[in-house]
Amino acid sequence: MRLRERKSLDAAEGDMTPMIDMTFQLIAFFMVLINFTDADQNARIRLPSSELAKPADSPLETPITLQLTSKGTVLIAAEEVPVEGLKPLLLRERQILDAIPGKSAGKATIVIRADREAKTGLVQKVIKACQESGFERFALRAKQQVRDT
Amino acid sequence: MKVRNAGKHDDKVEIMMTPMIDIVFQLLIFFIMTFKIIAPEGDFNIKMPLAAPSEGLPDDNQLPPMKVRLRATDSGRLASIQLGQRTLPDFKSLQMQVRDIVGDDRGPGSVAASTEVELDCDYKLRFESVIDAITAVSGYVAGDGQNIVKLIEKIKFSAPRPEA
Repeated sequence: MRLRERKSLDAAEGDMTPMIDMTFQLIAFFMVLINFTDADQNARIRLPSSELAKPADSPLETPITLQLTSKGTVLIAAEEVPVEGLKPLLLRERQILDAIPGKSAGKATIVIRADREAKTGLVQKVIKACQESGFERFALRAKQQVRDT
Repeated sequence: MKVRNAGKHDDKVEIMMTPMIDIVFQLLIFFIMTFKIIAPEGDFNIKMPLAAPSEGLPDDNQLPPMKVRLRATDSGRLASIQLGQRTLPDFKSLQMQVRDIVGDDRGPGSVAASTEVELDCDYKLRFESVIDAITAVSGYVAGDGQNIVKLIEKIKFSAPRPEA
């Protein structure tokens, strides 16, 4: 009797249950924390940091993200253009927005993700190009971080 | 013999663990690889219509904007900060000045709600200094380290300076 029992224990593989429990826990953890919404973020841009830059409570209305690199080029959607070449693209955005009912360029927010070493003059040029294309709301993006100065 | 064997196997139905564990590990690896920690980001809102407000009819409730002048060195680093006519050593004192001007009055009609800050920056100035200046005038973290006390929310840029 005893012998037979031992035999059945030998035949059993190692107990998988705790391992599978842990693995599912890990999967659930990473699934919850994963964030796909950062598709508009670019690793080339090192944002300036500010202690007051709290993530917005509600998402912006019709955000258009412009990324200004330290070299002085602008990334809009998948294109990289110099600041001077930005206007045709913005006018195109505007036409698209105006064609959609309920949306307009005046309501859209231009999110400017400028590199911390970008020249302020270029940021202002970008803002000017946007203004001339009919956009008026801007958001300067910064990383939330406490700085000790 | 055959029949007995087959019958015995059918009785012992076991869940196939191996494919499930394979898939589970695949999922785990996928989520680990695509996982990256990102610092939360926030926005400073700036409303700049094309028509300069100074050219329109002056609003009686509107105080003249506080002018913050940021000068840059040739390499783009911050050279000096000026609030109106006063030169300030750093952003901390800029914030103190703004706090003195704004006071503790909050809400509609208060100084904080009606004052506007106009940033006048050199062309070469690095963008991080602009964000520092905006941080200094727009608020500060209260003593408990949790709440943000807002100062001035209306911020605009003055006309861009020419590239020197």
